[in-house]
Amino acid sequence: MKLLTHNMLTSHVKGVTNGYPLLIKATEVKVNEVDFNAQFVSRMIPKLEWSALLQAADELGQRQDLPSELVADFENNEEFLKKVHRVLLEVEVMEGCLQCPESGRQFPISKGIPNMLLNEEEL
Amino acid sequence: MSSCRRPEHTAPPDVFYNADEAKKYSQNSRMIEIQTQMSERAVELLNLPEGQPCYLLDVGCGSGLSGDYLTDEGHYWVGVDISTAMLDVAQDREVEGDLLLGDMGQGMPFRPGTFDGCVSISALQWLCNADKRTHSPPKRLYTFFSTLYSSLSRGARAVFQLYPENSEQLELITSQAMRAGFSGGMVVDYPNSTKAKKFFLCLFAGVTGVLPKGLGSEMSDKNVPNQVQYSGQRCRFKNMKGKSAKKSRDWILEKKERRRRQGREVRADTKYTGRQRRPHF
Repeated sequence: MKLLTHNMLTSHVKGVTNGYPLLIKATEVKVNEVDFNAQFVSRMIPKLEWSALLQAADELGQRQDLPSELVADFENNEEFLKKVHRVLLEVEVMEGCLQCPESGRQFPISKGIPNMLLNEEEL
Repeated sequence: MSSCRRPEHTAPPDVFYNADEAKKYSQNSRMIEIQTQMSERAVELLNLPEGQPCYLLDVGCGSGLSGDYLTDEGHYWVGVDISTAMLDVAQDREVEGDLLLGDMGQGMPFRPGTFDGCVSISALQWLCNADKRTHSPPKRLYTFFSTLYSSLSRGARAVFQLYPENSEQLELITSQAMRAGFSGGMVVDYPNSTKAKKFFLCLFAGVTGVLPKGLGSEMSDKNVPNQVQYSGQRCRFKNMKGKSAKKSRDWILEKKERRRRQGREVRADTKYTGRQRRPHF
């Protein structure tokens, strides 16, 4: 699971009003090389929840020198876009689990695929 | 009758798409070709902005054949599927998109306004089945559509290729989609062919768009937009098949002739036959 997907994922367990952001408890993290696309990254930045991305990167120990505030003129700042690209698309959680911040429900991640299936009573 | 040919009648999707079935989707070249063609058409119907990489959702992504096409087009995608075997195949094929194990009937677990569009190839008809005692197809469809609606950005489209079993099923799907706030409708490609006929449910989130025309339907090239069609004939006499119009003089004469042949008492034909009477006050 890439951190871009994590930034968009919420918990959909019944009764949870604010299931965001999901906490990551990773046991295996991988960094894959992905082609850099400046246009895509700068399009996604306004959609991101920046604090959640920082928190996730911190939890995985992959934050490196990502600034804690969004850079004002990010479209033309290629160095910044490359840093965001690395965190968003190259860092992948392979094993571990996601935890709903409100209900504490855990969604296991195996082979890089989070299991978001719910039980009958959680619908 | 058709139940043996419809996979959704044999078993729930997480059971039907086992390792054997999943293998077909990475080896059978005909299956791959059809899936790619349908994804191509679905993306065309999505009407994405030209030359812009988009963030898309693939519902029922399976082994990621449709996703491969999205990647080729330069888009980024997230795939959701209920079958672990299919997702394993996708993982083995090293697809570019991110994969999630999830049930569409349980809703899409994404933040509002995440995706620029949604595609789904041959998945939606699975939602019309109740595989467990607690499953209610209308409710599951509504949960799916309403959560999908919120996860799409305003003005985004969702295109579903599906194999509807009958018109009631189609009605059920579209009514739940409209209830969830979508506008749009069905696009049928090659409606006059049994084999090439394909159904696409084309939904708009937030805005009302013009529904694209299906391929191979006569309507697509004949219509001139914003112009009234001139039909050139009065439809009242369209289905007469050589018979004269009712209450006309010819019709009355024919009827009198028929009755004469039956030996009944009929008044003689005169110049007044079939004429209207003068108005009385």
